[in-house]
Amino acid sequence: MSDNKFNYVRGEMLPQQPAPLAARSVSGWIRTNLLATPKDVILTILALAVLIAILPGALNWLFVQASWLGSDRSVCATTVQGGIQPDGWHGACWAFVKDRFVQFIFGRYPIEERWRPILTLIMFVVLLVPLLMPKSPRKGLNAILLFIVFPIIAFFLLHGGAFGLERVETPRWGGLMVTLILSFVGIAVSFPLGTLLALGRRSQMPVIKTLSVTFIEVVRGVPLITVLFMANVMLPLFLPTGWTIDNFLRALVAVALFASAYMAEVIRGGLQAIPKGQSEGADSLGLSYWQKMRLIILPQAIKLVIPGIVNTFIGMFKDTSLVSIIGMFDFLNTIRLNFTDTTWITPVTPITGLVFAGFIYWIFCFSMSRYSAFMERHLDVAHKR
Amino acid sequence: MKKTLLSAAIGAAVLGFAASAASAATLDDVKAKGFVQCGVNTGLAGFAQPDSSGNWKGFDVDYCKAVAAAVFGDATKVKYTPTTAQSRFTALQSGEVDLLVRNTTWTISRDTALGFNFRYVNYYDGQGFMVPKSLNVKSALELSGAAVCVQSGTTTELNLADYFKANKLEYKPVVFEKLEEVNAAYQAGRCDVYTTDQSGLYSLRLGLSNPDDHVILPEIISKEPLGPAVRQGDDKWFDIVSWAGYAMVQAEEFGITQANVDEMKNSTNPDVRRFLGVEKDTKIGTDLGLTNEWAYNIVKGVGNYGEVFERNIGSNTPLKIQRGLNALWSKGGLQYAPPIR
Repeated sequence: MSDNKFNYVRGEMLPQQPAPLAARSVSGWIRTNLLATPKDVILTILALAVLIAILPGALNWLFVQASWLGSDRSVCATTVQGGIQPDGWHGACWAFVKDRFVQFIFGRYPIEERWRPILTLIMFVVLLVPLLMPKSPRKGLNAILLFIVFPIIAFFLLHGGAFGLERVETPRWGGLMVTLILSFVGIAVSFPLGTLLALGRRSQMPVIKTLSVTFIEVVRGVPLITVLFMANVMLPLFLPTGWTIDNFLRALVAVALFASAYMAEVIRGGLQAIPKGQSEGADSLGLSYWQKMRLIILPQAIKLVIPGIVNTFIGMFKDTSLVSIIGMFDFLNTIRLNFTDTTWITPVTPITGLVFAGFIYWIFCFSMSRYSAFMERHLDVAHKR
Repeated sequence: MKKTLLSAAIGAAVLGFAASAASAATLDDVKAKGFVQCGVNTGLAGFAQPDSSGNWKGFDVDYCKAVAAAVFGDATKVKYTPTTAQSRFTALQSGEVDLLVRNTTWTISRDTALGFNFRYVNYYDGQGFMVPKSLNVKSALELSGAAVCVQSGTTTELNLADYFKANKLEYKPVVFEKLEEVNAAYQAGRCDVYTTDQSGLYSLRLGLSNPDDHVILPEIISKEPLGPAVRQGDDKWFDIVSWAGYAMVQAEEFGITQANVDEMKNSTNPDVRRFLGVEKDTKIGTDLGLTNEWAYNIVKGVGNYGEVFERNIGSNTPLKIQRGLNALWSKGGLQYAPPIR
């Protein structure tokens, strides 16, 4: 065999070996991730100590001691409080959440009409899910359906007063439904309006630029709570007799305008990060201003600021709970309203209600955050930078 | 202080725009709309609170229903506008609501400067004290040297200072901004006494871990007459709202209840017959712009004063509020209706 004269050199590749046991076993994972250095060891022990201190108590309160079934306060109150639980009992009152769950979702929406918000929600999910999946086709049509056709149908469906549907005034709306409507309108309005404002602020035309800057700075300079309060308490006095603007509409407009101002600044950040060469390249191709923005600048700029955009959305989602100060019942306020209800008033009711509210808010915010992380990976922004 | 400034500002604004406020015939508007728009609390135990199916229930809510029963003969023809402490006066002044039944204290400044009308009191409230039973205190006069939990910037705080000064007692105020903080401080034993409106003390006691270890003292140190309010300048509507309330008190005095109101129509007592609109040639309803059966409709729809009280806040409810000042005048209380004839 003369073709391999160096017989100390291997003639063929070795088959791949699995990683050493130390790296792939559970103990290996623990060693590398939790106990790699003395500092890690100390932190791990501290974290474990905190978990051991908190977790059993929390689980016990949340599940073991919790009261699950019942229709009034007696199941969540101890005998001295007029209930059935033994002395010293302390646990979550899930029976309260169960009894009032439908109210938490729909507020005081009439029971026999509740198929309407449910149908609206189904339509929303059916339109939203394909839009969120990068692979599904016909994005443009889908977006038009969701952001233009759907709001119109949803308005008539929820509000009624046409097509033989009974009118349901907005004071009867409430719960998670109100929170979601405020957030959806906020997002659907703030994204396009914010983009326009950001472009306006960078525009060379003095009138447009001044208008954009004024709008953004005025809105950002006033707390949302003040605007809601003014719209609720002062506005009716300035309107002619017999004129009332729906309370819910006032809140919708306020939330949408606020979100737009913040969104404008986030998108402007993205626009400024795009090198001038991109714009000049587009100009040299003979693209018009709108073509340039739509095809070259905005796709890159918006990709860059996805975390900021989602941050604004999450902030706005939580800010919707401010409408409670103008006597509107969003999700949080609907729950709080029930704390003083004599049917359920007990020492554990408020804590349970707030834990539940926190959990629902967390689910929504966490899903938004995960989706944005997924989109970032999908669009591969971090990789290119 | 903040609250004073705010209410002054709102007061000034309301006054300035009072001329533009709705002052036309509210009764005609209400009849045309087909319902009464009633301003209620955004949620107060026993007084205004939606139940699990979303219907408003409570002591104040029953007064809205009584007005609807008087006007339409149907207690369900009411729509509710939940109002906050700040927005309630604007809502009434701007015509957003036809009447306000929101545990609102009748004061001279609200009656005059804010441009509202009050005539009767549906609940006599007042500031009271709650103490742990273990202190063995029987009267507020024994509270010398006590640490008192109180919410800052409220009339409660001022009344407290006045009361202790007038009775030459020492006390240590423990002041908090938020009501929740006051509750927590009292529960944690940071103070010996909790003071706020008495109706509030009852619902608060329910939320304590040992309600039976706490006792509400008999003294009431301030006057808080709560009642429905309407806009000034529409006497006809004002009459209807007022007499709807009086009719409930009168019904209790006659012993007419929701259950026996139909039987009572056959009563031989002319007062009762007139009240229920079955006496011949009576004009007790038509003069109000209503039918003669208006009082019958109220009792049929919501019941008499005692029934409304017991159903929402009385001894069979978790709140267990005693009638006290709200008993009929004939039983030592203050609830008194002018004669309906």
